Amino acid sequence: MTAALPVTTQPAVIIADKVPGRWRRMPTKAKVGAILLGLFILAAIIGPMLEPYNPAYQSPNPNLSMNAPSLAHLLGTTQSGQDVLSQLLTGIRLTLELAVIVGVIATALSVIVGVTSAFLGGVWDEALSLLSNVFLVIPALPLLVILLGYLPQKGQTPTIIVLSVLGWPWGARVIRAQTLAIRNRDFIAAARETGEQTWRILVYEIVPNEVSLIAASFVNTVLYAIGTSVALAFIGLADLNSWSLGTMLYWAESQDALQLGAWWWFVPPGLAVALMGTGLVLLNTGIDEFGNPRLRDASRASRIAGRRLPPTDPTPVLADLNADRGRVRAFVHSFSRGSLIEQAGFDEKGGQS
Amino acid sequence: MSFILRRLVFYVVAAWVALTANFFIPRAMPGNAVEAIMSKFPGTLQPSAYKALEAMLGVNHPGSLVHQYWAYLVHIAHFDFGTDLTQYPASVSTILGETIPWTLTLVGTATIIAFFIGTGLGILAGWRYGGWLDRALPALTFLQAMPYFFLALILVDLLGVKLHWFPTGTGYAGGLIPGWHWDFIGSAIYHSLLPAFTIVITSVAGWMLQMRNVMVTTISEDYVVAAQAKGLHDRRVIFTYAARNALLPQLQGFGLALGFVVSGAIIMEIVFAYPGIGLLLLSAVSSDDFPMMQAIFLVITFAVLLANLIVDVIIVFADPRARTKEAT
Repeated sequence: MTAALPVTTQPAVIIADKVPGRWRRMPTKAKVGAILLGLFILAAIIGPMLEPYNPAYQSPNPNLSMNAPSLAHLLGTTQSGQDVLSQLLTGIRLTLELAVIVGVIATALSVIVGVTSAFLGGVWDEALSLLSNVFLVIPALPLLVILLGYLPQKGQTPTIIVLSVLGWPWGARVIRAQTLAIRNRDFIAAARETGEQTWRILVYEIVPNEVSLIAASFVNTVLYAIGTSVALAFIGLADLNSWSLGTMLYWAESQDALQLGAWWWFVPPGLAVALMGTGLVLLNTGIDEFGNPRLRDASRASRIAGRRLPPTDPTPVLADLNADRGRVRAFVHSFSRGSLIEQAGFDEKGGQS
Repeated sequence: MSFILRRLVFYVVAAWVALTANFFIPRAMPGNAVEAIMSKFPGTLQPSAYKALEAMLGVNHPGSLVHQYWAYLVHIAHFDFGTDLTQYPASVSTILGETIPWTLTLVGTATIIAFFIGTGLGILAGWRYGGWLDRALPALTFLQAMPYFFLALILVDLLGVKLHWFPTGTGYAGGLIPGWHWDFIGSAIYHSLLPAFTIVITSVAGWMLQMRNVMVTTISEDYVVAAQAKGLHDRRVIFTYAARNALLPQLQGFGLALGFVVSGAIIMEIVFAYPGIGLLLLSAVSSDDFPMMQAIFLVITFAVLLANLIVDVIIVFADPRARTKEAT
């Protein structure tokens, strides 16, 4: 008798519910990702100061070769008596530094290419999207191998340049699709009518509306840079005298750490790469759910008052309405929201291109 | 049909860009590449190789750039990638011909298996979102974020070296002569199990996550709700209504992600000392064998382009819109 009432008469009360803080509203996955990544960034910043040894120091003492982890060497030593923990801390810094720089440059390139191509339209659009599609379909790694192979010097800077040059097309494609969707909205037309200059429209009207997409593309690019730079270093296309995570793995592999059972040598750098990557992917899932209402509401709706709802259950469980108002609001919301977005012709990822 | 034609034109353009990049990169790089290569192989390279290298890299070449470019295209069209530097005087295409079948079988089969398993799991996870499979996704993400070769290192150590379940290194047991007889084929399959397994578990999460996301978006469509309301069996709603539509973006993603997956898998071959392109690439890099590196780049690129074309043909069969409308 009374159960049906809240739907019709109390929306005002539901809206008045306290909205949780930004951090609490983030999906759990994104929180885990952010914490993981935070730890690595911290390690990259203060790690090298805490290093117990010089990572390159080769101990002449044969007893120190391939030592298992001990108090003196928390992660053991390498073939030539170098401290693995010190190498790992330097490695995290070098790898993360490279990945972030590549992320910034490549994302900037993809924003520039994506926005201009969608906004200018016509021949420019054709040419720029053809270019980005071509570079998307050509596998990057073998191309990077010849580019880096022919360079007379190997090291951090050439790798950053080459990775940035090849890292922008995916972001450009996604951003172009989004810009195309935004371009014909009313507020852009309004800005044009008031005589705003094109660059002002681009910078102040369009780009701010793509922040979540740009963030996602940045995270993806960082992920790509970590994976690719580690793979390139692993096959020896890096400055092998520096200690990035990839070169650590290269030396571990080439000096048979595996066959000699020195797991403490090759597990830590690989695990560091994997955990960094996991953090980035989880963070990206969070950003995705933030930007795509369906994914977001879906993940919330499934947990109404501790009851899991089959996704296509046509009847929302009214009896549960009082149990947890905040979440029910999100659920009811998802029904109307989905169709609205559909009509606006808003397409969240990739779309037509 | 026009869709396929447009895609075909696109792939021809992509192939041309790859070929042209391959032509200009050695010429644009600073320093004298020929001198650099010759100094890396003291004694092994005959003076005649100097001429061949010059011709290939376009140093001091008599003809104009256009002329060289044309000659280069003609060479490629005849699968002539020049002479290999490390295994001089074997030609690059002979060596490639011996290794490609290994990689193609292993990486191709494993990638297709991973795609099917991942898509299947993605359908289930998307359908029952919030269920146990969906909640297991972050764990799978961890596997995906791991470099392929690193997981390979761990697996070789655990299953190969410690437990002796699988052989480590090489593509077939020593003493066997490659050929079409069961001893060899059985041994080759046995040796490929662990590498294939590695490719599958590292790439499955990516396909799964993508499919799950499209699936979640698709099942909130009205036609899926309508199908449920009609009282259709769950299985029918899942596969005929939801998954069938969700599969299209997934297929498009397959083509684009292929380059990454194949590159990762090729690096992974190194850990298993598998006699494929990966090992060849490693030795080419460590000995600055540029003709080989360039040939590998072209071969991988063309393979990926071809795979993309096949995916497009499948899309045309699966998606009526691709047949009728001008999809780009």
